[in-house]
Amino acid sequence: MSALLLRDLRLAVRAGGGFGLGLVFFLILATLVPLAVGPRPDLLAPVAPGILWLGALLACLLSLDRIFALDAEDGSLDLLATAPLPLAGVATTKALAHWVTTGLPLALAAGPLSLLLFLPPGALPWLLLALLLGTPALSWLGTFGAALTVGLRRGSLLLSLLVLPLYIPTLVFGAEVVRRGAAGLPVATPLALLAAITLGCVALLPFATAAALRVNLR
Amino acid sequence: MSVWEYANPRRFMAVSARLLPWVAGAAALLCAAGLTWGLFFTPEDFRMGHSVKIIYIHVPSAFVAINAWFMMLVASLIWLVRRHHVSALAARAAAPIGLVMTLVALLTGAIWGKPMWGTYWAWDPRLTAFLILGLFYLGYIALWSAIEAQDAAADLTSILCLVGTVFAVLSRYAAQFWNQGLHQGASLSLDAEENISDVFWQPLVLSIAGFTLLFLALVLLRTRTEIRRRRLHSLSLKARLA
Repeated sequence: MSALLLRDLRLAVRAGGGFGLGLVFFLILATLVPLAVGPRPDLLAPVAPGILWLGALLACLLSLDRIFALDAEDGSLDLLATAPLPLAGVATTKALAHWVTTGLPLALAAGPLSLLLFLPPGALPWLLLALLLGTPALSWLGTFGAALTVGLRRGSLLLSLLVLPLYIPTLVFGAEVVRRGAAGLPVATPLALLAAITLGCVALLPFATAAALRVNLR
Repeated sequence: MSVWEYANPRRFMAVSARLLPWVAGAAALLCAAGLTWGLFFTPEDFRMGHSVKIIYIHVPSAFVAINAWFMMLVASLIWLVRRHHVSALAARAAAPIGLVMTLVALLTGAIWGKPMWGTYWAWDPRLTAFLILGLFYLGYIALWSAIEAQDAAADLTSILCLVGTVFAVLSRYAAQFWNQGLHQGASLSLDAEENISDVFWQPLVLSIAGFTLLFLALVLLRTRTEIRRRRLHSLSLKARLA
């Protein structure tokens, strides 16, 4: 498992694996929003939590189709399926590698980017915490979507159509944490619900992912 | 003789051919009766006036839209566990009907909402959850139509249906958490103290039954079409080989 994780991390960082692309996309989005709605802080501050969450979510979506596509192309997915590691373990490792290369950097980059959108400083710790707690759910769900569409030649558009509705609860609770944090309200309830979604995804989705992979490898 | 014998496509075709006219006829009868009664022979609401009558289309279509997804879930489970092709095809057949019913419920709600709430759309939890349900239908249908291999498509859509159900329910409660509602609460609950008045209730139940039968008839029809299409496909393959 750790060998697979290290291999995936190395592949993502080297050889144009698209490691930085999600981050750059996130930066561009945070630049475009003020250009689109106007530079006034009183306009940007209320929507900043939502924009940052939406940006993280879309940046996460960009790299999803790479999770299994390259392995399916060169046949290493078949090898992984016949390896002693159970397929749900492969799915977990893939999702973890995706999170380390996408979700974690996005969560860390959200701090500086929040300055561009005039997020109230009091909300910044909540933003970081919510993203750290919520982005694993995005990676795990995305891995599931990628497993569903791995056999398709032009699956990436379909992948976003399948995965985005699944992202809705995470987005709602994640943005709610930041919004409440910005307003100085108690955040425990949405935070706990966000953590529950992530833990549920991490615990159960790899089995669904493995089932979908098995169908696609048949 | 168990219920699973109807999962044999040949047997299903025979039984459904005999059943379909009756179900369709009963659906037409009940829809006509419920809608005529509701639209022409019920009093006007003292606050809402004529516009209350859209309830006879709005509530049944919303009812069918939700239960169609539930039926797809059951059919998907049967396909995953027992590998009956008819079940997978029935789930496939139900999805577009559910999508249309979702759209009908949203549209009639918007038409009613303009004079009553003063807006076509509000980010009310129920409305939002219904819109999200529509998105789930879209994804399900898109996945079915994207995959060539029929059995793989049935498997993958079934898995998507299971996961999607969990997230559709989660989204519903997330939406409730996220915003206050404008939509009224349930007015047809079996266990509630106060429901809507009998004059509205009786034709409404009739049209709900009518819409449910209409859904059944359409699912039967579409499943039969799907089975015939597969037969045609295999026959044409055979002919090409010969």
